[in-house]
Amino acid sequence: MKTNRFWSWLFLLLGVAYFVFPLIGTFEFSLKMRRGAYSFDAYRTVLTDPQFQATFGYSVTMALATIVMGVVLVVPTAYWVRLKLPSWRPVIEFITLLPLVIPAIVVVFGYIRLYNTSSWLPLTGSAMGTNILLMFGYTTLALPYMYRAVDTGLRAIDVGTLTEAAQSLGAGWITIMTRVILPNVLVAVLSGAFLTFAIVIGEFTMAALLNRPAFGPYLQLIGANRAYEPAALAVIAFGITWLCMGLIQLVSRFSKLPNAGR
Amino acid sequence: MAFLEIANLQKDFGAVRVVKDFNLAVEPGEFVSFLGPSGCGKTTVLRMVAGFEEPTDGTISIGGRDVTRLRPNQRNIGMVFQAYALFPNMTVAQNIAFGLRVARTPKADSDARVAEMLALIKLPDYGDRYPYQLSGGQQQRVALARALAPRPKLLLLDEPLSALDAKVRVSLREEIRQIQRNLGITTIFVTHDQEEALSMSDRIVVMYGGRAEQVGAPFDIYNKPSTRFVASFVGTLNILRGTVTDPARGVVDVDGNAIQTGGELSRFAKGAPISLALRPEAAALDNGPAPMARGKIMDVSFLGSVIRIRVNLGQNTISFDRFNSPGSPPPAPGEPCGIAFAAKDILVLDD
Amino acid sequence: MTQADTGAAGTARPARRRRLPLAWLGLAPFMLFALLFLILPTLQIVTGAFVDQTGGFTFKNVVNLFTPSILSAYWISIRISVASAFLGCLVGFLMAVGITIGGLPSWIRAPLLTFSGVSSNFAGVPLAFAFLATYGRLGLVTLILRDWFGVNIYALGFNILSFSGLTLTYLFFQIPLMILIVTPALDGLKREWREAALILGASGAQYWRMVALPILWPTLLGTFALLFANAFGAVATAYALTGSSLSIVPILLFAQIRGDVLQDPHLGYALAFGMIVVTGIANFVYIWFRTRSERWLK
Repeated sequence: MKTNRFWSWLFLLLGVAYFVFPLIGTFEFSLKMRRGAYSFDAYRTVLTDPQFQATFGYSVTMALATIVMGVVLVVPTAYWVRLKLPSWRPVIEFITLLPLVIPAIVVVFGYIRLYNTSSWLPLTGSAMGTNILLMFGYTTLALPYMYRAVDTGLRAIDVGTLTEAAQSLGAGWITIMTRVILPNVLVAVLSGAFLTFAIVIGEFTMAALLNRPAFGPYLQLIGANRAYEPAALAVIAFGITWLCMGLIQLVSRFSKLPNAGR
Repeated sequence: MAFLEIANLQKDFGAVRVVKDFNLAVEPGEFVSFLGPSGCGKTTVLRMVAGFEEPTDGTISIGGRDVTRLRPNQRNIGMVFQAYALFPNMTVAQNIAFGLRVARTPKADSDARVAEMLALIKLPDYGDRYPYQLSGGQQQRVALARALAPRPKLLLLDEPLSALDAKVRVSLREEIRQIQRNLGITTIFVTHDQEEALSMSDRIVVMYGGRAEQVGAPFDIYNKPSTRFVASFVGTLNILRGTVTDPARGVVDVDGNAIQTGGELSRFAKGAPISLALRPEAAALDNGPAPMARGKIMDVSFLGSVIRIRVNLGQNTISFDRFNSPGSPPPAPGEPCGIAFAAKDILVLDD
Repeated sequence: MTQADTGAAGTARPARRRRLPLAWLGLAPFMLFALLFLILPTLQIVTGAFVDQTGGFTFKNVVNLFTPSILSAYWISIRISVASAFLGCLVGFLMAVGITIGGLPSWIRAPLLTFSGVSSNFAGVPLAFAFLATYGRLGLVTLILRDWFGVNIYALGFNILSFSGLTLTYLFFQIPLMILIVTPALDGLKREWREAALILGASGAQYWRMVALPILWPTLLGTFALLFANAFGAVATAYALTGSSLSIVPILLFAQIRGDVLQDPHLGYALAFGMIVVTGIANFVYIWFRTRSERWLK
């Protein structure tokens, strides 16, 4: 038992070292822009770069749009499957897992071929069209996580009874969705939303191949041309991911309080 | 020389002493139950016998060999767990053969033993099934076969019936007892269910707060509980509070009824409060002229073959059972009634 | 009376008939979306791989994959994926064992799982930056090893822009993913299984060999397949790390699509088709093992 614990500590410390070194290394590197002294110059340069502001703003907008799209698409579908078509669950689940099987680069390759200017739906012909296409692409990327989160949330509530109760009080479908189902799975939706945000904000492949001015390609561009700024950007990106995960934890902890009372 | 000897056993978890000075000698072939509420230390004693917990103090010896510091896999004990604990990746036959396999028994012997065990638990054709294909009762029988296959000297049963349905529980408990008798294997059975303990055991150890409160045959435990805890935990019991009116003749006043107890009560002063206990099966309705006590029917529950009647005496209530008989309908609530019981059935509890 | 009867039946029957199509309609938006933006684009690639310039059916594109440069790209991709999946499984498993049954204090568990949630999603360009800043020629660890311990890892053949460097980098999201998947599986190992094995005379090692590992085996192999697919499809990390200096399949395809080397668009289809086949097989293996392990633990 004692030796057991020794090995456990050893592997844990080795693992932690592996994870901590890059974080320390990156942070340390990001402070070295000024010769001979640590400074936050790299961060200042990055944050004041208009390109940074523009691309970051673009990606935040895209992330928010993707979240809305994901919620509108996933919540009613997951609800409907639970309520009316439980036999379709395996099919829907399989589809939502497809994005884990098909690499993003393949999907976006398909977009470029399918929706080019000479096709029946020339989405890539205009900037707005391409933005929409990119948002759809991001929605597919987020699909596995969003669907799982919402479906788990729906499992916890009795969808059928809630719906019948609302119907007996005269509520229509829109009211049921927005006033009954959505508030009850809000925590799950928020978890999915934060995860979506974390995925979209630094996404590179789709944005780069569709030629949109997103944060991911900007990162890559800076990485190819600068020395210290990429490290600062990596620290910022890691901070955003932490923030999203922290918010998920926070939200799910909040949800446990009222649940415990039930 | 007893087969299993437990002497001065203690166990502390941190600052809490969960087993206190536990002593027990089990004879070869005996079936002993540890009975008690959850947290009474019965499972901890069992786990120390198995070797999963190390005693803080005291010794355990099996067949004259001190095993206190031996690891579980060196003790040659069979054990059945509450949650079956069959290995899900193995078939029934592989599960039963596990102990033989790690002991490097030749395959032919092992196969024969598995077949023998399958016959013993009456599942001869189930060798190729996986545990998830069996019902709970079947799984637990396989677990028993697995424990018995390596011919252990001692069998430990840790609440093996609690996870099962009521019906399966009763049939399996008879089956376990029968197998145990046929093999003559010394067995310790842990349970919180007094009916199981009373019906299966040669002897019962009633445990409370880490201590053995009473050790004895089921008949004695039930009829002559030596402590208040044993009296209240084993069987249901009517507790009557009254005052001593005549210590020399042993008469107690309970809600205006003069109750004659079985002996003199000279250790009580006249007028001292006293608690009496009465088994439900010792009382009966008595509508004759001179019942032991008078009261009013509070409620009547019809339970099928049995009718449970509760009678209010004033401050105290007595509940007792009567067999159903189609000829005489149960009394109605509110009716006045008399109750009869024998003086010798009244237990005086020391507070 | 008859009239009322037929009336009731008449309304009942259309109601039943109407309900079915309505229920289908509820899934229509999702199905349409999945069809247009997930399935059709993929099918476009798959069919494209078997079509020549004139639109006729051909195996030529797929056959063209079997040139030394493309084969070597697949080979190095598969090697990196296998190596990072294997090491990710191994290290992640050992760490997960530590926090579940290895006797580590319980307060370590929650932070480690949260950290794993973060790190498994911290892939892509920033991850590449972090590893360049740490293990690059002027990275912190590289310099510390050189200046304090006199070990020049670059002289020893390590290069962050190579097979070893990429594998090391991928582990940053592979290990946490393994921890996240395998921790619940380890929690599922019942204490009684271990105790039952011990009391039947087995040693701790025998318990692991005969009970615990066989039970975990489907999860381990399945997760290996998942990690493999995860690494195989990763573009951003590799691209940001190596530019186009390391020829792995996703980067080759990326360059092909970008038009950097696009002479034959149908070769791009074939490359992508090859990727789908590889990750598809890996995921099929994952799902197959997963259902097996779930059946056992029902």
